[in-house]
Amino acid sequence: MTTPLRRVAASALLLGLAGVAQAQATDPNLARNLAATCANCHGTNGQARGDMKPLAGLSAEKIVAMLADYKSGAQPATIMHQISKGYSDEQLKLVAAFFAAQPAKK
Amino acid sequence: MTQTIIRRRSLLGAGAALAATALAGCAGMSSSPSIGRVVVVGGGYGGATVARYLKLWGGNVEVTLVERNADFVSCPISNLVLGGFKQMSDITRSYDGLKAVGVKVVRGEARAVDVAGKKLRLADGSDLPYDRLVLSPGIDFMTEQIGGLAAALDSGRVLHSWKAGPQTVALRKQIVDMRDGGVFALSIPKSPYRCPPGPYERACMVAAYLKTAKPKSKVLVLDGNAEITSKKGLFEKAFKDHYSGIIEYRPNAELKELSGNVAKLEFEDVRADVLNVIPPQRAGDLARSAGLVNVNNRWVGVDWLTMESTAAPNVHVLGDATFPAPAMPKSGHMANQQAKVAAAAIIQLLKGEAVSATPVVMNTCYSFVTARDAMHVASVHQYDAKDKTFKTVPGSGGVSVAANQIEGRYALGWADNIWADTLAL
Repeated sequence: MTTPLRRVAASALLLGLAGVAQAQATDPNLARNLAATCANCHGTNGQARGDMKPLAGLSAEKIVAMLADYKSGAQPATIMHQISKGYSDEQLKLVAAFFAAQPAKK
Repeated sequence: MTQTIIRRRSLLGAGAALAATALAGCAGMSSSPSIGRVVVVGGGYGGATVARYLKLWGGNVEVTLVERNADFVSCPISNLVLGGFKQMSDITRSYDGLKAVGVKVVRGEARAVDVAGKKLRLADGSDLPYDRLVLSPGIDFMTEQIGGLAAALDSGRVLHSWKAGPQTVALRKQIVDMRDGGVFALSIPKSPYRCPPGPYERACMVAAYLKTAKPKSKVLVLDGNAEITSKKGLFEKAFKDHYSGIIEYRPNAELKELSGNVAKLEFEDVRADVLNVIPPQRAGDLARSAGLVNVNNRWVGVDWLTMESTAAPNVHVLGDATFPAPAMPKSGHMANQQAKVAAAAIIQLLKGEAVSATPVVMNTCYSFVTARDAMHVASVHQYDAKDKTFKTVPGSGGVSVAANQIEGRYALGWADNIWADTLAL
């Protein structure tokens, strides 16, 4: 709970959605397009196969918290600490909201 | 090209019939009207992905994919086939998933683009009319730069194996048939070329096989570059830790000429039992014949918001054929990412909407250094509106600390997921 994004995570659905809604109003496909950059490893719409981590259907709060910890370095990783730093906090919130709205893989 | 089409007007009937079939197929699937026809050429990472995402995101877009091969064969992971750690069946996938989501898959060879008439001419003489054309032609080789290379490749004596498929099978056979104590020489062209870390991974995979199967043998890496072009420290460590006495690495060793099994460099001749030459590369032949090559007489310039060619309207180009944004690698992963930018933009263009102004693409390339240990390089590229290009984000991306088994599992997981994402498996 030390980084700005991590603090946001605790109340993402309250504080975050206003920003998310605003960004989506200007580009309705933004969250979808950003989330599609994750599909190569995490599956189309976050429905991952095999050992890779599925993101579809997780809560937005949980995804934002995970990403915040990768970004801050609180959570050690092989690669996600490097990738998460390439996205703004606002973009990561959009990605999290998109995956949260997807059905988990059957 | 227009003249060609007029001369062959009698053949247009076949194309019209094809188009009518495509229309009927789509009409049966949806009651709402089509928003447009998109023809995609090349069913690799770029082309297959744009076809899939046009259907996923676009609903009533009529999508036809033209591909010369029966199946998708992945270049990523193909070096493991050369090492004997994977089989061709492990890197081969069908186009049935794309067919199931409504993509019309046409097995054929694209021959020419009529930009003004918005038609693609196929080798069988038929035409495919389009509203938007997407070419994902990959790379072809500049064999003329190395004396004797064209003939050596044509005879099958020297293989490139830089397009996965029969070349992969043939090179594996040459490696297996090589005598113990033989020399496998690998020639790497100067950058830029497809898959920057690929040659060094190949050296590791061949060496891993030879280390146990033919331990007196050598892998000689003849690099046209001044140093290892990707994951340098990690590959140097792998060469030293795992393949000391097997891999010999030579920088600034550009191949000038081939004569039999002798590779002629600037100052010396190198004899090899198996000579694997990765030739210098340029945008695929179709990009050139369509008049799209407009950067360095070699690559296709694109508008990064739409992936539309800067040389021809309504023609989008993906993947290794494009002149890249700064620090953007020629990789299957990147082609898949570019394809999603193109799919989103094409749907918006067909609907007459503004295209998204802030696209993002990212790249991950895993490389195996042993049968089980892999390592990565990753980057994230955000669109810069001022300079109209993608730029890497400072502080993001990077390489592995070390190659290890967990990254080996992730590398195979990456392959499984990107194949499914690309091919709608």
